[in-house]
Amino acid sequence: MAKIKSLADLRKLQEDVLSEFKVRENSKEPDRVVQVKVGMATCGIASGAKDTMKYFVEDLEQEAIDAVVTQTGCMGFCYAEPTVEVTLPGKEPVVFGHVGKEKVHEIIERYIKRGEMIDGIIPVNFKTIDD
Amino acid sequence: MTDYKMHLLICGGTGCKASESDEIKKRLNQYIEEFDLENEVQVVTTGCFGFCEKGPIVKVLPDNTFYVQVKPSDAEEIIKEHVIKGRSVNRLLYTDPATREHVPDSKKMDFYKKQIRIALKNCGFINPENIDEYIARDGYQALGKCLSGKTPEEVIKEIKDSGLRGRGGGGFPTGLKWEITRKVENEQKYVVCNADEGDPGAFMDRSILEGDPHAVLEAMSICGYCIGANTGLVYIRAEYPLAIQRLKVAIKQAEEYGLLGDDVLGTGFNFRIELRYGAGAFVCGEETALIHSMEGLRGEPTFKPPFPSVSGYMGKPTNVNNVETFANIPVIINKGAAWFSTIGTEKSKGTKVFALAGKINNVGLIEVPMGTTLREVIYDIGGGIKGGKKFKAVQTGGPSGGCLTEKHLDIPIDYDNLIAAGSMMGSGGMIVMDEDDCMVSIAKFYLDFTLEESCGKCTPCRVGNKRLYELLDKITEGKGELEDIEKLKELSVVIKDTALCGLGQTSPNPVLSTIANFGDEYRAHVVDGKCPAGQCKALLRYEIDEDACTGCTLCSRNCPVGAITGERRQPHNIDQSLCIKCGVCFDKCKFNAVKLV
Repeated sequence: MAKIKSLADLRKLQEDVLSEFKVRENSKEPDRVVQVKVGMATCGIASGAKDTMKYFVEDLEQEAIDAVVTQTGCMGFCYAEPTVEVTLPGKEPVVFGHVGKEKVHEIIERYIKRGEMIDGIIPVNFKTIDD
Repeated sequence: MTDYKMHLLICGGTGCKASESDEIKKRLNQYIEEFDLENEVQVVTTGCFGFCEKGPIVKVLPDNTFYVQVKPSDAEEIIKEHVIKGRSVNRLLYTDPATREHVPDSKKMDFYKKQIRIALKNCGFINPENIDEYIARDGYQALGKCLSGKTPEEVIKEIKDSGLRGRGGGGFPTGLKWEITRKVENEQKYVVCNADEGDPGAFMDRSILEGDPHAVLEAMSICGYCIGANTGLVYIRAEYPLAIQRLKVAIKQAEEYGLLGDDVLGTGFNFRIELRYGAGAFVCGEETALIHSMEGLRGEPTFKPPFPSVSGYMGKPTNVNNVETFANIPVIINKGAAWFSTIGTEKSKGTKVFALAGKINNVGLIEVPMGTTLREVIYDIGGGIKGGKKFKAVQTGGPSGGCLTEKHLDIPIDYDNLIAAGSMMGSGGMIVMDEDDCMVSIAKFYLDFTLEESCGKCTPCRVGNKRLYELLDKITEGKGELEDIEKLKELSVVIKDTALCGLGQTSPNPVLSTIANFGDEYRAHVVDGKCPAGQCKALLRYEIDEDACTGCTLCSRNCPVGAITGERRQPHNIDQSLCIKCGVCFDKCKFNAVKLV
C-alpha cells in the first residue's frame, strides 16, 4: 500500500474507493453482483457465522452467481445470530436472521435467484448519521 | 423466474402474533390469489419491528408504506386499494403524534429516530479488516482536518462544546479531561483507551472494536494531537481475542497507509498505538488500577488525586478514555459540535449504546439518543418482555448500578436522572427482569461478582462486601431476620463512604436500590418466609393437591431423588425431607396438581 501523504491524498483515495463501490452497487448487467455481508463479531462467530460465510462462498461459486461475500461487525440483532445482510443490485439491503446451512441455501435459491423474500427477515429499525 | 414487484412484510413478533398477524397474512394471501397476483406480490412474515404498541404492522415494499394496528378485516382494502390501485389506505397509516399527520414513508417516521447510530455507525456496515471501507465512510477525515487546519486548542474547544461526557460510566466531560492533560507540561504523555469492559452482560465496547476498530485508532490519534502525546495504548482484556486481532490488523493497515507512525499526512505529527493486555479483572477498569496493571504492577487502584491526567502511566500525564467515548470523536469533528449537541438532553449530549439483555424479546445492541425513556427502550426497541410476562425491573450500570422499576419507566435516560433514581449509566449494560426474578437473589448475584472482583486492598470493600453477601445469603436461605435488612442498609452506607475506589464505593448500590424499590420482597423473605418470585429454593415447598392428582405417576417416575410416593390412580405425596426442590414434578404434571406454596 502506498503511503497517504496529505489530507488531499486521503480525499482522493476516498473518491477512488467510493467510485469502485458505486460500480459494484449500480451494476445492472446480467451478471449482476450480489453483495453478502456476514456479521462476524464474537457473538456471530460463536453462533456459527464462520460456517455461514463458508456456505455462502461455496454455494454461490457452485451456482456461478457473481457475488461479493464479506465480513462485517455486529449488526446488533443478537437474538437472531448469525445475521446476514444481502443487497441485490438496485435494491435496499435485506437482513436475514438465524442463518444456518439450510437458510443459506434458501436465501440463494429464493431471494438471490428469484427475488422472493423469506419469512423471518429482520426489519431494520434505526438510522445512522449518514442516512 | 418470479420477480415480485411488491412485498408485504407482516410482523411476526410475539406482540403482533398475539393480535392475529397470522390471520392477516392468511387473508392477504387469500385476496392475492383471488386477484391473480401470486406472481407479483409476496407476503412475508418478519421478525419484530419493535413497534409493538402499534401492532400488528404491515410494511409495503418498495414504497416503504407503514400500516399500523392492522386487523384481519383490513386485508381486503390493502390489496384492492394499495396493491391494485396504488392508493395508500390512509386510515391505517401511522399518525405522527406531534403533527397529527399521516406518515406514509416509514423512513420519515419518528419511530426510526428512536435509534440513531453514531458510535455504532460503521458496525455491521463495513468490513472491519479493510481500511478502504472505513475511508469510504469518511474515515481518517477528522484526523486529517485536525492535523491540517485546526490547533489542538480549537479541537479541544470543539469537543468541549459538543458536551460529550465519558461513556465508561462516570460521565466526566471529555473535552475538559483533554484540556487538563494538555495543560500539564511534560515531554512524554500518553493516550490510553480503556477497553477493559467487565460488567456482566455488557458488550458495547467489544462490538465497537470488532466492528469499527479504525474509529478508535483515529480518535486516539486526535487525542494525541490535542494533548501532545506521541504514544497511544489500548488496554484490552485478553479474553477479547477477536477484538485484539481486528485491532492488530487495523493498526498494521493504518501504519502501511502512513495514518499511524511518523509524519502523519505530511504534517509532522507522530503517533503510534500499542496494545496492552489485561487478565480480565473488573477492578482494572478503574483508571488508576488499569495504569498499574499496564506498568506490570498488581491491578490495584490508588488514591486520587493525583489524577492520571497529571501523573499516570510511568508517572507521566495520561489521558484515559473509554472505547465508546473515542468512537464519538471522529463524528463530532466531521459533523461539528453544534450538530452533536442537538442530540440528547441538556446535560447529557449525544447517544448511548446499550447492551440489552435478560428477559426481553429483542436481545441486542442498541444506540439511542440520551433522553430516551426506559419504556421506549424496553417496549419500542426491545419488543417487550419475553413470554408475555410482567416487567419487574431493569438493572443498569452493572455491579455499580441499581434496579429501576415500573415507576422509573418514563424517566428520560441520562447521567443525572439515572443517579437521581438510585442507579447509574455505567458502561451500558441493561438487564431486564420479569416477575420470575427474585430481587434479593439479584442483589446477591452482583455482590457475589464484586466479592470475586474486589482487589482486597481496602477493608471496607474486602470485608464489607463479604458481610453484605453473607447477610443476603442468609435471607435467601430463609434464615433472615428483620434486623438484617437494617444491617444491610447501614453497612452499605459505610462501605460507600469509606472504600478506596469506584468499585467499593458503588458495590452496595444493587443492595440499596433493591431494598429501596423492593422492600416488601425482602420483608416477605424474612417475615413470611416466602420468596414471592419462587426463586429461593430454601423458601419453596412443593405440595400435591389431592383433589387434582389423578395418580398418573408421571411425577414420581421423574423425581430424581424418589421423594414422591403413591399408588397408581391414587393421590401422590411428596416427602419434604427428601425433596430437593428441583421443580421437575411441577413442570411435568399435566393436571396442575403440583402446587408451589
